[in-house]
Amino acid sequence: MTKKTLTIDAKGKHYTPLNIEIRAAVKDGVKEIILDNINGQRFIANGLRGDDVTIIINGVPGGDLAMFMSGPTCIVHANAEHAPGNTMDSGKIFIHGTAGDAVAHSMRGGEVYVRDSIGYRGGIHMKAYKEKYPALVVGGGTRAFLGEYMAGGILLVLGRGTDTIPVDERGIGTGIHGGELFIRGEVPDHLLGIGAAKKPFTEDDREKIRPYIENYCREFDVDEPELFSDDYVHIGPSSARPFAGKYCW
Amino acid sequence: MCGIISVIDRKKNPMDGSAIREALSIMNERGNGEGSGYAVYGAFPEFADYYAIHVFYDNLIEPKTAVEEELEKLGMVKHEEEIPTFEQPNLKKRHIPWRYFFKPNVMALGTTASEEDILVYLMKKVNTTIPGALIYSTGKNIAIFKAAGWPEEVADFYRIQDYEGYIWLSHNRYPTNTAGWWGGAHPFNLLDWTVVHNGEITSYGTNKRYLEGHGYVCTMHTDTEVVAYLTDLLQRQHNLPAELAFKALAPPFWDEIDRMPEKERILYSALRMTYGPAMMNGPFAIVVANSEGIAGITDRIKLRPLVAAEAGDRLYLSSEEAAIRVMEPAPERVWMPRAGEPVIGRII
Amino acid sequence: MPIGSVPPKYKVTIDNDLCMLCERCIENCSYGAFRREGNKILINSRACTGCHRCVAMCPRDAIDLEEKPVDYRSHPIWSREAREAIYKQAESGKIILTGMGNTLEVPPIFDRLLLDACQVTNPSIDPLREPIELRTYIGKKPRKLEIKKNAQGDIDLVTKLAPNLKCETPIMIAHMSYGAISLNAQLSLARGASEMGTFMGTGEGGLHKSLYPYQNNMIVQIASGRFGVNIDYLERGAAIEIKIGQGAKPGIGGHLPGEKVDEEVSKTRMIPLYSDAISPAPHHDIYSIEDLSQLVRSLKEATEWKKPVFVKIAAVHNVVAIAAGIARSSADAVVIDGFRGGTGSAPRVFRDHVGIPIEAAIAAVDEKLNKQGIRNEISIIASGGIRDSADVTKAIALGADSVYIGTAALVSLGCRVCGSCYRGLCPWGIATQREELTSRIDPDIMYKNVSNLINGWTLEIAELMGAAGINSIESLRGNRDRLRGYMLDENILSVLDVKTVGAGA
Repeated sequence: MTKKTLTIDAKGKHYTPLNIEIRAAVKDGVKEIILDNINGQRFIANGLRGDDVTIIINGVPGGDLAMFMSGPTCIVHANAEHAPGNTMDSGKIFIHGTAGDAVAHSMRGGEVYVRDSIGYRGGIHMKAYKEKYPALVVGGGTRAFLGEYMAGGILLVLGRGTDTIPVDERGIGTGIHGGELFIRGEVPDHLLGIGAAKKPFTEDDREKIRPYIENYCREFDVDEPELFSDDYVHIGPSSARPFAGKYCW
Repeated sequence: MCGIISVIDRKKNPMDGSAIREALSIMNERGNGEGSGYAVYGAFPEFADYYAIHVFYDNLIEPKTAVEEELEKLGMVKHEEEIPTFEQPNLKKRHIPWRYFFKPNVMALGTTASEEDILVYLMKKVNTTIPGALIYSTGKNIAIFKAAGWPEEVADFYRIQDYEGYIWLSHNRYPTNTAGWWGGAHPFNLLDWTVVHNGEITSYGTNKRYLEGHGYVCTMHTDTEVVAYLTDLLQRQHNLPAELAFKALAPPFWDEIDRMPEKERILYSALRMTYGPAMMNGPFAIVVANSEGIAGITDRIKLRPLVAAEAGDRLYLSSEEAAIRVMEPAPERVWMPRAGEPVIGRII
Repeated sequence: MPIGSVPPKYKVTIDNDLCMLCERCIENCSYGAFRREGNKILINSRACTGCHRCVAMCPRDAIDLEEKPVDYRSHPIWSREAREAIYKQAESGKIILTGMGNTLEVPPIFDRLLLDACQVTNPSIDPLREPIELRTYIGKKPRKLEIKKNAQGDIDLVTKLAPNLKCETPIMIAHMSYGAISLNAQLSLARGASEMGTFMGTGEGGLHKSLYPYQNNMIVQIASGRFGVNIDYLERGAAIEIKIGQGAKPGIGGHLPGEKVDEEVSKTRMIPLYSDAISPAPHHDIYSIEDLSQLVRSLKEATEWKKPVFVKIAAVHNVVAIAAGIARSSADAVVIDGFRGGTGSAPRVFRDHVGIPIEAAIAAVDEKLNKQGIRNEISIIASGGIRDSADVTKAIALGADSVYIGTAALVSLGCRVCGSCYRGLCPWGIATQREELTSRIDPDIMYKNVSNLINGWTLEIAELMGAAGINSIESLRGNRDRLRGYMLDENILSVLDVKTVGAGA
């Protein structure tokens, strides 16, 4: 059965009518929605449900792409701005470019893949719940406060094409109390945040991250075997309650 | 909230205001219609050597007479006119904007002062003692257009497409404290400096008092004012190179300074110790311009967005990449500046 | 003049059902309130000073302590204290001495100032996860920096900065002299301060050699009596402080009675054994502001301009003018001690009725120096009744660079503020020189109390700053906009330059 496809020209279109059209299409059984001439529209696919729906975004989407989204896949053929994947429940996002600050903020499930680098506070407050297990995969590097308050899920940084080490600013995993980070490249100890600790990188870990790297390579057409064979710095919480010692009564 | 976008053509090729109007408008989510503004450098080639003093008048009788008396005492007005405006359905014309092309007399204050001192004195005098008049721009060859309205409304109110220049700054405001007052809209100007700012300065109380001790008066009831004055103090009065002056506003953390090589460590320690009260705290993304260039900087822990882009001779700085792409669909390079690191574009 | 006895201040009782006759109360009380007779502990309540040593040491919580057990007829004007002071003077004809800080029931201004927190228009910052900088440099700063670009186009710093004290927290331990307090108390304070990366004042009693290991964290004081002051002393301190006045007793000097000048005190102060140690009211070489300026420079010359020099003054009516004058001398910091400052001993009328509150003094001095464009060139240290981290934060928001804590530091060592310091019998081992009492403080254990206190407050200040959206203490200093006054009148609000609660930006 051929996939039902719809193309929408979003030039000059405000996000509310755009989202209305998207919802209507999904309701109508459309499986692939192509948005052309996107530039800065916020809240695309917010709260959208639909397990086999794909939205292709040609242009730079505005902030909060796929916020609260539950199921669909978004593919962006440009850079993304603030907080794509914000509080997302399930689904996938692929960004063929960079993304801004607070990527995957508070995400509970689903996967976000960014081909290049991201900004500050990537993966902040990501949390897992029962079968929901969020993943953020960054092809390039990140800025400060990566994985701040992380409570669950997996954050993978591949460090491709960066002039410096993949994360060269402070606060890595600051406040982490669940979940784990894997960073390919050197991670100076003084950049680790409060409550974050380096853990051994085992073969089991390597197997754990393999499918995410495969997804990344497939989508972004990358053939770099070293992504699989190189070692990653594994970072997790130093204890389950790293801040208990600060209080008295 | 607020949205900003600015551009410089490093070779001083002129650009008119139509493109920036479009770009600012796509960030209307960041504003609330209570204030927008534009600034352009190179707007008055005919009067390039005169200070283009912009005044908001509540009426054209007492305040105008009083201001013109002051101008007469302090120098010579080459030309003056009401700034042309065009009625907009939703924009209430609360003030009458006027401009004077003015040359100060350096002996006017009794002792030798610089031209800038005269202008600063004039601005202070008018804004604190003449009710119904507000000087909101005192730069040479700089035009500022601002009002309480959405970006498109304000742009059309002044017809900014009729003006050309090599630097444009613009700002879409979401005011919480002084909604509706034209004086509170950005850009803010003092002499050659113009500022647009997204964020809130939590150190305002400290910065303001430091500045007041150095002869500045804060009259605009909004925290952004201090950015223009701090820039003027550090760069013009204290002669700090631009990069260092901006670093004083958003300095490295002490633990980073402690790890620097000795020479740098001493320099940055001295900078923080000497300019502690100039340091700005709170979330901010700021673009400052003067006739030599533009500079963008964010707070040290990156609480506000800023994106930079380059295309040929042009450098863009904005809260959003999408806004830049309205003006420049295919930039050669797009990047996110680091927190606390100034991005500077100078004319060549 | 037989007017009979004044009622005892306290009534002590022991619950005999709980008492196990361990006699710790007898052993610990240095005032002789307890004695054993047969199977009971008998109590002389009149001897009790309310120091709680017995309460703290009783393993059964068997001791009850009641203040003011005998009621007077209440009277709004003729308070108990007013009446008893007269009885005392009728008997003695002398000046009534007392200890610790002001006991008048005037509400502290700190308690009527409220701090701001950020919401919506501004995010608060989380000190547990993101950096909050409390590091404070105390000392002289230049007005501006001179920079030049070298041949490679790099920036070279031309200006040389004067020496500053680097404090990792804006809390320092105030000057309490050896003589007023015990050596073991000083050692505990010194080690606690050093471990926290901050500083402690020696007070005017000189620097005992057992404190030499901490000298890099000591501020040596030179007071009017010049006790223990020689070039060796001056060189050992990280900074030097000239004590002009003290908040608890502005305008008068000090007097350490001869019986407190034992061998070690005598050696440290460099005065004869058991002789009185008198600190005159003024320094007799400082009778005007320019004389003070001379002393500052003379100290700097003697120590080769390597040490910051502070000047400590009491908060009096013209504190602003004095501080402005000090700011223009070569001094690096001005310490202002408010009328609630503590003391080992001062005349009651001075302690309670002379001087002005530190909140007003700091705000006024900060404003004046700001208006003159010189505020950042000198540091202001506030002291006098700082009780907790909220007081510290408010003091900084009013304009101080940092604070000195005196009473609070002693409280961390066990002091109950009973105010009997001048008797030299402190059972906590703090305000005494008697060996059987001072041995109750083991500095190797008690230093932790001090560092814990400073640490706890420092964490709280970081939380308060973060909540206000400020991540560097420079941006809190003098930032009155982050304070609001509650039930303060217009005049005092105007002096503080603080708006009332509910006022807009």
